[in-house]
Amino acid sequence: MTINNSSRPQTSKQKSNFDVGLSRRFALDRIFQIACWTAVIIGLVALVVLLVDVVIDGLPRLDWTLLSEFPSRRASRAGLKSALVGTIWLMVLTAILTFPLGVGAGIFLEEFVKDTWYAKVIEVNISNLAAVPSIIYGLLGLSVFVRLMEPITGGRSVLAGAMTLSLLVLPIVIVATRESLRAVPDSLRQAGFALGATRWQVISSQVFPLAFPGILTGTILALSRAIGETAPLITIGALTFIAFLPPLSLEGLRTPFTALPIQIFNWVSRPQQEFHTAAAAGIIVLMVVLLLMNATAIWLRNKFQQD
Amino acid sequence: MNTNTLENSVTEVIFQLEKVSVYYGSFEAVRKVYMDIPKNKITAFIGPSGCGKSTLLRCFNRLNDLIPGARVEGKITYHDKNLYSKDMEAVEVRRRIGMVFQKPNPFPKSIYDNIAFGARVNGYRGDMNELVEQSLRQAALWDEVKDKLRENGLSLSGGQQQRLCIARAIAIEPEVLLMDEPCSALDPISTLKIEELIQQLKQNYTIVLVTHNMQQATRASDMAAFFNVVTSEEGKRSGYLVEYNETIKLFNDPQEESTKEYVSGRFG
Repeated sequence: MTINNSSRPQTSKQKSNFDVGLSRRFALDRIFQIACWTAVIIGLVALVVLLVDVVIDGLPRLDWTLLSEFPSRRASRAGLKSALVGTIWLMVLTAILTFPLGVGAGIFLEEFVKDTWYAKVIEVNISNLAAVPSIIYGLLGLSVFVRLMEPITGGRSVLAGAMTLSLLVLPIVIVATRESLRAVPDSLRQAGFALGATRWQVISSQVFPLAFPGILTGTILALSRAIGETAPLITIGALTFIAFLPPLSLEGLRTPFTALPIQIFNWVSRPQQEFHTAAAAGIIVLMVVLLLMNATAIWLRNKFQQD
Repeated sequence: MNTNTLENSVTEVIFQLEKVSVYYGSFEAVRKVYMDIPKNKITAFIGPSGCGKSTLLRCFNRLNDLIPGARVEGKITYHDKNLYSKDMEAVEVRRRIGMVFQKPNPFPKSIYDNIAFGARVNGYRGDMNELVEQSLRQAALWDEVKDKLRENGLSLSGGQQQRLCIARAIAIEPEVLLMDEPCSALDPISTLKIEELIQQLKQNYTIVLVTHNMQQATRASDMAAFFNVVTSEEGKRSGYLVEYNETIKLFNDPQEESTKEYVSGRFG
């Protein structure tokens, strides 16, 4: 019976119900592996070509004057000082605005109203907002932050720019926060509640610390999307020629600004070859800032995961 | 005949259930349970999977409150006070009625902080070091961890983690301990240790123990309740209490045919 069947040597093919076909299955494995490798190589090659091209173009112009000089009509004297400082202002302000709003909204949706119908409506809407083209946010920023709220923002100011970028990346931060909170096992929440802790005590001392590295990574990745955005800033009217630095004060928030992508865009659209070289150098600076931010994200995440 | 009340007993009753049904939305998970749970005794809930014994257990510390759509009908009194009345705060109830879960779930923090958390959130004013030591001693874990209180609770073995969870539960000085299959994820030696511990804890606490393991129920409990499942026409399964009696009687002289079959291992 069954015992006879299993004791039969496997080489006898007469009555086997299995067609093992190992070589054919391994061949499929191999093909799949090669296909995946090809996908990786194509992506990497495209990236490397872009990087090399930009570095070759920009390297001759990558010097201290690029960072220390304000924009100029003469390409050899033109620098990124105000654009770099503007970008830093924008990033810091956007982070300050986005983190509490995005994380707060994420915690509310995930921990407080998880399974209600309006949480689901909001969830769908937030996912949709994340996909809205950035220029739409620019138009919204123009009419709300620049025009309607002019008494507060001072019009086409760095504050209005940061608020616009915050709107743009808020959905990303909210989604990242929710994902990180969802990854915390429910058994820990139950353990906390079973010990007589309130919702705030469970969230603040058990759930949030575990979710924090993920939330932080999500936030910084959202900021690295904001740093490259040009369209919404042009829409709200960021200037391309700023020959001063905003004072480090509340009043400084209300001053006109420029940012790296805007300066680069401006230089690229000029006819002179020298400005194109400067734009390539600007792109290198922008990428270095971006990489620094991502490196910070990774460093912070590792630091908090160890604690 | 159901013997659902303790007619001949003089022990104090701590929980009294009157026609208790538990719903998830419109689905009735537990159907009309009447029972009295005595103080400072170990009461075991046995029965096949899906019979609602864990669901019922979670009503005692109102942990079902956290599940959207979960609803308790009927009346559960705790020391003659309605557990679900408006002036009963679930947070306070949970401090007095502790819980140990099926899967050990220590916080991913130090052993010390695992125990201190409950005390801190409930405003403990005494000496924390002393409380930690005393709780770990009561849970028979102190000798194994006294030199590594700062290490992560997750670095312990499964059985040690479960004893840590028991230590954490008793650190806030509850009156009742609810245990939801506390040994089902453990090896036989750890199981034995936890069972010994449950016997010791009985002196100070009322224990309600859900278990799949019939030997465990006979070894560990004073009272036993057998739950079974009925499947409705739409295929939904509701649990109900079949028989509740002293453990010895329930196992040696069951009144109901289904209890007899279950405790003799013929189904379930």
